[in-house]
Amino acid sequence: MEFKDYYATLGVERTSTQDEIKRAYRKLARKHHPDLNKEPGAEDRFKDIAEAHEALIDPERRAAYDDLGRRHAQGQPFEPPPGWDSGFEFSGRGGEAPGARGDADFSDFFESLFGHAGRPSGPQGGARGGGHAPGSDHHAKVMIDLEDSYRGAKRTISLRVPVFDTEGHGVLQDRQLEVNIPKGVREGQHLRLAGQGAPGHGNAPPGDLYLEIVLRPQRPFRVDGGNVYVDLSVSPWEAALGATITAPTPEGDVQLSIPAGSSQGRKLRLKGRGLPGKTPGDLYAVLGIALPKSDSSAEQEAYAAFAKAFPHFDPRIANEA
Amino acid sequence: MTEFHSNAGIGIVVEEEIVFTLDELCRASGTGEAQVLALVGEGVLDPTGTGPQDWVFDGPTLRTVRTALRLADDLELGIRGAAIVLDLLEQVAVLQSRLRRAGIR
Repeated sequence: MEFKDYYATLGVERTSTQDEIKRAYRKLARKHHPDLNKEPGAEDRFKDIAEAHEALIDPERRAAYDDLGRRHAQGQPFEPPPGWDSGFEFSGRGGEAPGARGDADFSDFFESLFGHAGRPSGPQGGARGGGHAPGSDHHAKVMIDLEDSYRGAKRTISLRVPVFDTEGHGVLQDRQLEVNIPKGVREGQHLRLAGQGAPGHGNAPPGDLYLEIVLRPQRPFRVDGGNVYVDLSVSPWEAALGATITAPTPEGDVQLSIPAGSSQGRKLRLKGRGLPGKTPGDLYAVLGIALPKSDSSAEQEAYAAFAKAFPHFDPRIANEA
Repeated sequence: MTEFHSNAGIGIVVEEEIVFTLDELCRASGTGEAQVLALVGEGVLDPTGTGPQDWVFDGPTLRTVRTALRLADDLELGIRGAAIVLDLLEQVAVLQSRLRRAGIR
């Protein structure tokens, strides 16, 4: 386990006030919040920021952390000394952590320092604990490839779930879960796996597990809902005269007829060849016209002959498709 | 730390095959009724039915609620602020979809 420099994460000084820490957190949180920032890595960065904020904004935790920080630097190997926290008592601020929805994933470093103090307590946030309350529903993400959506797939996912014993003590448990991904599933959709959430209390049923689908980007395809787009380069003569060419699709290459007189940006639709489903999507090949280089004199003459054949062509005047 | 392995069977696509009652929606999104009522009040959610006791929410509602709650909690926006951001995110999604169709990204 490595020591984490929470001050560096938030870009504040060890001497910064709680207000300065709050301001730095808010600014960074807006910038990196995964619902607002779709860049890869934003979600991890946001988690780091949220964790640093959670550690520093609570004066008790900050004092304990500062005490350790005097002896460690960012990235240094770190083991909490036995009994290091005996002088501190964390009152916890359940409900305020970003994990209030049960999907926070603070680092081992945080957990080793503060345990679950920042988390909602107990299996049901305390609200429905005891008796025969059903288990809570859990959420996780699963990343799939485009072809998994075309064909369906079997995936083994790893989950780290807190499990609570009868006295309410939580331990983290690794769970391997084999999941059948139904074909036709789309980016951002959720799969419900009945009974795979948290166990219930007493005789109550367990909760459900919801998996959010993340589609791994796959060049050269672009996915928009159920429709799939692929750019297809053609030569000027293929576009003008028509041709049959080989086009890539997520299901393999197909022969595609380019109609004569096609222009730049023309979309050729392959109906029903997008993502499958109740309403299957379409596949669109978007034509781009590639111009050959003219290095040799023969090639330059060909362009000159081309120009001569189109004396009235003005590319600056709208060349309607 | 222990480890176990199990087969969860086939997943049901929430957006296409599931509708939620108010209680089911609260459980699935890990929130209380008050938050869902506030989202209905802002017009973010539009259940069918005459009142909370027989409201029915369609599958995509789950994602909307979870995004709204993340925004409301993580950025301290409250439900009304989250509602505005959701509208803007919807506009961004429409524009991005146009860009994808046009081949710009």
